[in-house]
Amino acid sequence: MAKPFLSIEQLTQRYPDGQGGEFTVFENASFGIEKGEFVCILGHSGCGKSTIMNILAGLAEPTSGVVKMDGQHVSGPSLDRGVVFQNYSLLPWLTALKNVTFGVSARFPAWSKEKVIEHSTAFLAKVGLTGDAIHRKPSQLSGGMRQRVSIARAFANEPKLLLLDEPFGALDALTRGTIQDELIKVWSDTDQTVFMITHDIDEAILLADRILLMTNGPMAQVAESVEITIPRPRNRTTIVEHPNYYAIRNHLVHFLGQRSEDLSGQPGDGVSRPETVRIDLTDAQESEEPEPAAPILRAVEG
Amino acid sequence: MKALSENRKAALLSILILVVGCLIWEASIPAQKAVGELTEYELLTGGGQPKAGVPPPSQVLVKAWEQLSNPFYDAGPNDKGIGIQIGYSIYRVLTGYLLAAAVAIPLGFLIGMSSVAYKALNPFIQVLRPISPLAWMPLALFVIQDSEMSAIFVIFICSIWPMLINTAFGVAGVREDWVNVARTHELGPFKTAFTVILPAAAPTIVTGMRISIGIAWLVIVAAEMLVGGTGIGYYVWNEWNNLDLTSVIFSILMIGVVGMLLDSLFGLLQRTVAYTE
Ligand SMILES: Nc1ncnc2c1ncn2[C@@H]1O[C@H](COP(=O)(O)OP(=O)(O)O)[C@@H](O)[C@H]1O
Ligand SMILES: [Mg+2]
Repeated sequence: MAKPFLSIEQLTQRYPDGQGGEFTVFENASFGIEKGEFVCILGHSGCGKSTIMNILAGLAEPTSGVVKMDGQHVSGPSLDRGVVFQNYSLLPWLTALKNVTFGVSARFPAWSKEKVIEHSTAFLAKVGLTGDAIHRKPSQLSGGMRQRVSIARAFANEPKLLLLDEPFGALDALTRGTIQDELIKVWSDTDQTVFMITHDIDEAILLADRILLMTNGPMAQVAESVEITIPRPRNRTTIVEHPNYYAIRNHLVHFLGQRSEDLSGQPGDGVSRPETVRIDLTDAQESEEPEPAAPILRAVEG
Repeated sequence: MKALSENRKAALLSILILVVGCLIWEASIPAQKAVGELTEYELLTGGGQPKAGVPPPSQVLVKAWEQLSNPFYDAGPNDKGIGIQIGYSIYRVLTGYLLAAAVAIPLGFLIGMSSVAYKALNPFIQVLRPISPLAWMPLALFVIQDSEMSAIFVIFICSIWPMLINTAFGVAGVREDWVNVARTHELGPFKTAFTVILPAAAPTIVTGMRISIGIAWLVIVAAEMLVGGTGIGYYVWNEWNNLDLTSVIFSILMIGVVGMLLDSLFGLLQRTVAYTE
């Protein structure tokens, strides 16, 4: 089987526990992500999702294990991997537009100033920010607008991989819905590979091609990879009517509510790839049965 | 509307306090003279002459008019216009201050970025900082052998600490998220320093600069009283020796006004680099 676009191999992270010993956040985590895929990772707080993301971003070094993108070892941050941080991380002394041009001119140093501005403005418009608002500083924008700027900054750089750490965690439900739609719109326009952390099950089902499920820490594992067998384009109001929706949702709820706890603390055996789960009630044959070991499946096209 | 009227009220009250204060001051002067007999001290210092008493504000005003209408005259070493004297002081303050900034800001960056540098330099800073700048004067005069340069050195040494400490503090306190933004955009160390760390730390750095310029202006008066020759500090002292209290009061006021202008200049700078998170 061909190597996936992004492959995470036997990633282990240990931290000192403050009493002279160390604790293992996760051990031997291995999984892959295909090009153009939208993958969400779900897990309880503290299981190590942000730690994984920081390693993928190159902002942190794992205790052991490797991350390969396009067959290349990931070491250190790179413009090929864009990050949207949970707290937006906009530079507060720059306007919304300048926050985006800041990234774009770093990504495309050869571009003229006009081209940088034009490109940045276009991406801000894609997330619904136009006119006067783009000349305001982050402190003069609402939380939702700030997160839009942050998403525009990441997408405008056209990275090979986009990493989002609970991007909508601090937003109210209505704003969250709108920005989710905008995110999907930008994503489908650009065909970027996205890896997103969330703790919102419905958000994950709406957005993802595949959901990775993590057991509780310490010694967390990426236990399952659940395919979202709902065709795109998806719509938040009609998605619930799809026959697979509640089956998938129940599976996820059950995992987070019960099995994440039961499965936690089991040491990895070195090749612990997540089990692929495919729930498809529209499929006549054996649904809700985990398929035999085919660790990475392609995204289901709509 | 309400804020405006409040400001207006405050302005009116300020003027009222000024006028009443001056009137009381003016009125109390003849009463003082009416005592008639001169104290021994006044006799010794030649207090009998009209210049000897505390002058009334009207006299100070006349003096101010006289001086300010021709601030740059130069009639020999002991008789220069107030503008020239203040010019000398500002020149010394700015020279010492800018030298201090040129040292303190890069060094503060280094200390703020590296905890090893911080730990290594901290004991020196802690010992040197509480030393009164004037305590350096004899050593400076001996080593530098030049009163002008010594005064500048004293300004340098007194203005370096707030800038150094604030720069280090501001740089160390830059949010990791912002540094991560720089890292994920592959900015080099210099680009990161100038486009992320400097603007992030600027409000703290400028606060340090503002404190420093205030201290420098306080110290220059004392320093010039010691080294003599020129400058507003020397001028005050010289007028005291001439027993020209009107000039003394006028120059005290000028010291206040210049200090206020310097401070508001940095206040303006502070406002331009400020940001809200
Ligand atoms: N730099 C660190 N030093 C020590 N422990 C850490 C560090 N970063 C994270 N941890 C610990 O690792 C675990 C996983 O953290 P994190 O990845 O932030 O979880 P999540 O994002 O899934 O909520 C937590 O128990 C956290 O306390
Ligand atoms: Mg987290």
